[in-house]
Amino acid sequence: MIRTLLLTLLLTLSTSAMAAETLTVYSGRNEKLVGPLLKKFTEKTGIEVKVRYGETPQLAATLLEEGDKTPADVFFAQDAGALGALANAGRLQALPKATLDKVDARFRSPAGLWVGTSGRARVVAYNTKKVKPADLPKSILEFTDAKWKGRLGWAPTNASFQAFVTALRLLKGEEAASNWLKGIQANGARVYKNNAAIIEALGRGEIDAGFVNHYYLFAAKKSNAALPVENYFVAAGDPGALVNVAGVAILHGTKKTEAAHKFAAFLLEPQAQEYFSQETYEYPLVAGVKTAASLPALSKVGSPDLDLSKLDDLRGTVKMLQDTGVL
Amino acid sequence: MTRRPPVGLWVSGWVVAALAVLPAVYLGVRAAEADASTWGLLLRDRTWGLLWRTLGLAAAVTVLAAAVSLPLAWLTTRSDLPGRRVWTVLLCVPLAVPTFVSGYVLLAAFGTGGVLEEALTRWGLPVPPVYGFPGALLALTVSTYPYFFLALRAGLLSQDPAWLEGARSLGMSPARAFWKVTAPLLRPAFVSGALLVGLYVLSDFGAVALLQYDAFSRAIYVQYEGAYDRAYAALLGLALVAVTVVVLVFEVWLRGRAGYHRSSKGAARAMAPVTLGRWRVPALVFCGAVVMAGVVLPVGVLLYWGARGLAEEGGSLMEPALGSVLASVLGAVMSVLGALPLAFLAVRYPSRLTLAMERASYAGYALPPIVLALSLVFLGVQVVPFFYGTLVMLVLAYVVRFLPQAVGTVRSSLLQLNPHLGEAAASLGQSPTSVFRRVTLPLLRPGLLAGAALVFLTAMKELPATLLLAPIGFETLATRVWSATAEGRFAEAALPALVLMAVSTLGVGLLVSQEGDAPRG
Repeated sequence: MIRTLLLTLLLTLSTSAMAAETLTVYSGRNEKLVGPLLKKFTEKTGIEVKVRYGETPQLAATLLEEGDKTPADVFFAQDAGALGALANAGRLQALPKATLDKVDARFRSPAGLWVGTSGRARVVAYNTKKVKPADLPKSILEFTDAKWKGRLGWAPTNASFQAFVTALRLLKGEEAASNWLKGIQANGARVYKNNAAIIEALGRGEIDAGFVNHYYLFAAKKSNAALPVENYFVAAGDPGALVNVAGVAILHGTKKTEAAHKFAAFLLEPQAQEYFSQETYEYPLVAGVKTAASLPALSKVGSPDLDLSKLDDLRGTVKMLQDTGVL
Repeated sequence: MTRRPPVGLWVSGWVVAALAVLPAVYLGVRAAEADASTWGLLLRDRTWGLLWRTLGLAAAVTVLAAAVSLPLAWLTTRSDLPGRRVWTVLLCVPLAVPTFVSGYVLLAAFGTGGVLEEALTRWGLPVPPVYGFPGALLALTVSTYPYFFLALRAGLLSQDPAWLEGARSLGMSPARAFWKVTAPLLRPAFVSGALLVGLYVLSDFGAVALLQYDAFSRAIYVQYEGAYDRAYAALLGLALVAVTVVVLVFEVWLRGRAGYHRSSKGAARAMAPVTLGRWRVPALVFCGAVVMAGVVLPVGVLLYWGARGLAEEGGSLMEPALGSVLASVLGAVMSVLGALPLAFLAVRYPSRLTLAMERASYAGYALPPIVLALSLVFLGVQVVPFFYGTLVMLVLAYVVRFLPQAVGTVRSSLLQLNPHLGEAAASLGQSPTSVFRRVTLPLLRPGLLAGAALVFLTAMKELPATLLLAPIGFETLATRVWSATAEGRFAEAALPALVLMAVSTLGVGLLVSQEGDAPRG
């Protein structure tokens, strides 16, 4: 039995190795979400894709550990912070200008080392039975008000949340960011493991409002359409309206630069951008692709003016989270 | 006993021990990169607070799990409890339930708006608090008591019934005989169970994160997850290794130097089961309650998730199921093989060195699995690149991580085995290999099977090492569950999670059916 299994395994491994051209991708993006899209890439280009799926931060740590000997050609990451960390370690190579230029300068690395492929907005998700949208403040900063005591939830260990805190530090200064963290903490915010757990807790009515990314709601509603939870977008320009990106980068030292360039370019083609918009409810970043009907336009979300590559200062953020006792 | 161990045993012992301390070496390499401010972070008050909370939880879970497991192990091996085999299998299943599922079960049941919370509130009854210490205690006890249960069972099964019969014939009551004879002989099993449970709690991340209990492993994850700060994470990891060393030294002291094997001829017979009589119903209720918490509730929650969109799960589960079984079986077999030389050296050739080698097998066990996975990435890339990205690497990860589960059970069975048995066989002209194969191995069977069962079940749900070290494209049921829940798609996670539990149940059923009801001689 074991021998047959091993043989089957060896066969599958060797057949995929025999294909004309293969590209090895480390994907911090979920297989359920991007698997079908990667298949389309193979159909279109004939390039086989071998994918290691994992959590974005853990894959980034793995890539740092593997160094030059990594089998990966491409890193498809869930947030700009992870890409920034690899860029800082000198692990990435520049992308072609034509690919970079498809995306607004706000959503790519100024050094051309990575490019955003879809946008993910920070929102306040709220329980519709307990909160009216009119009661929600225009700025995320106002959630430190005592009237929110015992009603909030957050996920301070989550990478997207930490990226938001980094943005808060950069936009409002260290002291304001630290005060905000202390204020939310003083309001007894419940600590959740991740965005999905916050949405679940909101659905159960455990909390009234929570800080999450905009698309988790849609995934949860697919499972349970009656979930009494909605997204609320704070005013444009507020740190709470930060739009972070999922993005792609090519690893330094890959022998398959050309195939990797094709891969990055593919993710910015209309077909892929529409896929993100319609299937994963993210914001397309290439002009001319329609946003999902249930979402406000990206221009209306009004992400604050900020160089996303600066979001790699996670060390400072984690230190602040530790100093304030949030972590 | 100052005999020198055979060279083969000696060398294989060293190889296994060296592999086991690898994660600690890796942490040392990374920690050397830490600067003064990073050390400052480690030494602040919060670290001590974390440590204290984590140790408190580990101790509480260990005590509760032991209290639950002892009666269960006795009932399923020594009494006439109806359906002993079925209970045994069901009682092991919680090991295969990923801890985030057990954590979720508690939330779905007793959390605000939970199914049971609503009912309790309606009847005006108090709702147990799920967050923080009580929730973490409950979730971790449910998912770790089988470590005790299996170790104690193996201990009970390999005990010579003559001891108990002797005590009874001298006029001791059954209860007194149990506490005077059976229980003291179970000390090695207890200690190895306690070690597995306690150290597992130190490493757990899933349940403590979900139930909002601030523990050490969470702090380590935060460093990798958020800050990519490998130096600080490594320092925290080394602190955990230090705690492990303290626990292990304490354990050696606790274990004492008593002998546990019988000195008579080894012809053990099956023991007549104790008749439960009017205790039968309470015993069944007790087993039922534990199975309810560890198996029925998780299955219920999974079915509830599934009912919200079972049709969504696309693709066959055959391939990931085969992947899980293949990797877990290999991991279990290799772990037991790796455990044998360490246990033999420590029990048959006791010295400070052999004891240290056996203890070394625990080095990676208390570490959060992500640390271990990254240390094997480091090893794979730097030392054995030809294995990197192959199944060998994954099985190695399982061995390094789960070795102590096999070492503990093999060791406690070995302690009950009289070395003179083997010597007698050797004096009859048997070669050492033949003695091992024909005399020692059959007698160790309960311990080996229990060890294999433990590793198999834990490996089935393993995630971080599987994600990072498996051959690219190699899927297991656990990675399927993960890929569905990571984005909050609980409905899609239900089916692979149920299959995971079903396959694990089958696997343990097979092992238990091999076990036999009584010690063999």
